[in-house]
Amino acid sequence: MYKYDGYDKQIVQERVQQFRGQTDRYFDGTLAADEFLPLRLQNGLYVQRLAPMLRVAIPYGMLSAVQLRKLAEVSRKYDKGYVHFTTRQNVQFNWPELRDVPDILEELLSVEMHAIQTSGNCIRNTTTDQFAGVAANEILDPRPYCEIIRQWSTLHPEFAFLPRKFKISVNSSPDSDRTASLVNDIALELIKNEAGEVGFKVLVGGGLGRTPIIASEIRSFLPEKDLLTYLDSILRVYNMHGRRDNKYKARIKILVKALTPEKFAELVEAEWLHNKDQASRLTQKELDRVKAFFVDPAYAELENEPANFVDKKTEHKGFANWIARNVNEHKKPGYAIVTLTLKKTGTPTGDASDKQVETIADMADKYSFGEVRVTHDHNVVLANVQQDQLFELWNEAKASGFATPNLGMLTDIICCPGGDYCGLANAKSIPVAEALQIKFDDLDFIYDLGKLDLNISGCMNACGHHHVGNIGILGVDKRGAEFYQVSLGGDSGRQASIGKILGPSFARADMPSVVEKILNVYLENRSDEELFIDTYNRIGMVPFKERVYAKAN
Amino acid sequence: MPKLINKSEVIENIWQTLDKDFSGELPEGSILAPLNYLLENPLILDSNPNIGIWLDSDQSSEALEPYLDKLSLIAINFPKFVDGRGYSYARILRDRLDYQGELRAIGDVLHDQLFYLKRCGFDSFAVREDKNIEIASQGLEDFSDSYQIATDQPEPLFRRR
Repeated sequence: MYKYDGYDKQIVQERVQQFRGQTDRYFDGTLAADEFLPLRLQNGLYVQRLAPMLRVAIPYGMLSAVQLRKLAEVSRKYDKGYVHFTTRQNVQFNWPELRDVPDILEELLSVEMHAIQTSGNCIRNTTTDQFAGVAANEILDPRPYCEIIRQWSTLHPEFAFLPRKFKISVNSSPDSDRTASLVNDIALELIKNEAGEVGFKVLVGGGLGRTPIIASEIRSFLPEKDLLTYLDSILRVYNMHGRRDNKYKARIKILVKALTPEKFAELVEAEWLHNKDQASRLTQKELDRVKAFFVDPAYAELENEPANFVDKKTEHKGFANWIARNVNEHKKPGYAIVTLTLKKTGTPTGDASDKQVETIADMADKYSFGEVRVTHDHNVVLANVQQDQLFELWNEAKASGFATPNLGMLTDIICCPGGDYCGLANAKSIPVAEALQIKFDDLDFIYDLGKLDLNISGCMNACGHHHVGNIGILGVDKRGAEFYQVSLGGDSGRQASIGKILGPSFARADMPSVVEKILNVYLENRSDEELFIDTYNRIGMVPFKERVYAKAN
Repeated sequence: MPKLINKSEVIENIWQTLDKDFSGELPEGSILAPLNYLLENPLILDSNPNIGIWLDSDQSSEALEPYLDKLSLIAINFPKFVDGRGYSYARILRDRLDYQGELRAIGDVLHDQLFYLKRCGFDSFAVREDKNIEIASQGLEDFSDSYQIATDQPEPLFRRR
């Protein structure tokens, strides 16, 4: 994991001081509310429906046990004793006092954390694969590049007031995409060219919201050392040419679409000719320095699939289910990647109490070298667990409510905070998720359905990624009442696609039965082993539409 | 008399800014004329040393390239402080076109933007008149170092740490 040196500490310390000054000036009236707003947003501070909300950065999803315990402590001391893990691999406090935020930031700094650029029209937290560094098939560990991007983007003087927010994601897995990278403003795919050199395929202009678009390729190979000069060039073109007259048309995706990706690429390349030889060009020394923070932990030499592990799977069906659903293959023999799910029915998706967070920290220390990763679908990963300790871990996780073995299944829902917490939402989303989790609580039924993403957003800002859910649910406002529009066929993986709207929207109470009808059409039509998304792609929208909107007899 | 920050010193702002659509005879004194006036009257810089040119946020600084050796003051307007285009215009002027004269931020120029403006090559700041300019000028020193290159620091931190 990256460790701050004196420079990093000083920059974050000065940022805390700066924000303390801004907060003081806001309270003494010399900084107007509308002048404070973009400044506090750039420090992750929203003022929501019920209270301020502070979003803390978890750079590319990595957290230490020490940091987890600090988050738990802060939530107890300054908040209501729980935290919320977001779709951007960040964490949120939902009830802090505005006055306390500088002190909270000071506490976070003590464990090398900050809230810089977690909101606002600037470059946000870079996300990556939660299995980075441990996945068997990755090209190269993407985290050093994410850290290099984090430093470059932190307090970047030219790009603090962009037309709109800006999100970058790095993917390094050749056959999967656990980061939903193609719906980012810039998607970087770590690749090796034919000569074996490391670089990136660069895609721009993906995004969700009102105009969901999949990112377009603008460069097939960018050498790794040119990363920052090229990012500077993309951002400069966007900063100068992106629309500022309408916030719904201000994301880079609108500019790329209006110009065409080809023309946009030409502008970037022309800009890059001026920038590519600047001192921002990465050095081998810097690549090596940052990579040294992400070396393998001290793995033991272990036998793969040891007998006590295999035996336990045979003896305990529940354990075997959990292994099949929530545990992934590790690059090192004898180790496994465990995903702890924060999706227990009855708890808002992604929420964890202070005690639960401390339990996760203890598990990380005991089983996984004191580190965890946060996923974009609100779960927590222990990336380095010995297979011979999985049974013990499973028992502990079960007791704490982290072992619902539904990863990637229907009830592993991505869901925004919705109208219960968010001032933007048209409709509540958490109660819909809950109703679905209650309706479909039969694990055998859920396993039989297989991999199926169901995503819920409370409004068209799409924080719940509904466009890329195989089944997407969007809260809409119909003459002041909360309704829900359903879309089918979205996909956030390598074959990323945007779902299509099924038809007129539904009342909340109808949602479980609507989803049930959709599932039934799938079950009746699928061939062996066919996933929901494949059946949908084969038979199309019509059979689903006919069933859901059929007149009752 | 309004004030401005020149480098780090607060001085009187003697410059009169003409409207974006100004036409006709230039008034006496130190004048900031809009880009369009210069494009229509390209010879004014030859006859009058007390003229600076200001750009609005939708006017890229590249338009000034032919005039740079005759200009000693360029101002970039921030109609709202959240309109960040001027930062890129400034860097193009300084880093690419090698403009050496004074570069001034005008318009909605506030305490909390001064550090970023300075990094992008601005060296004078006409802070919005309703603000206390002495207090605002402290914003120039918010940070003592930065990760990335900009006009004020051509070497990124990774080449210096």
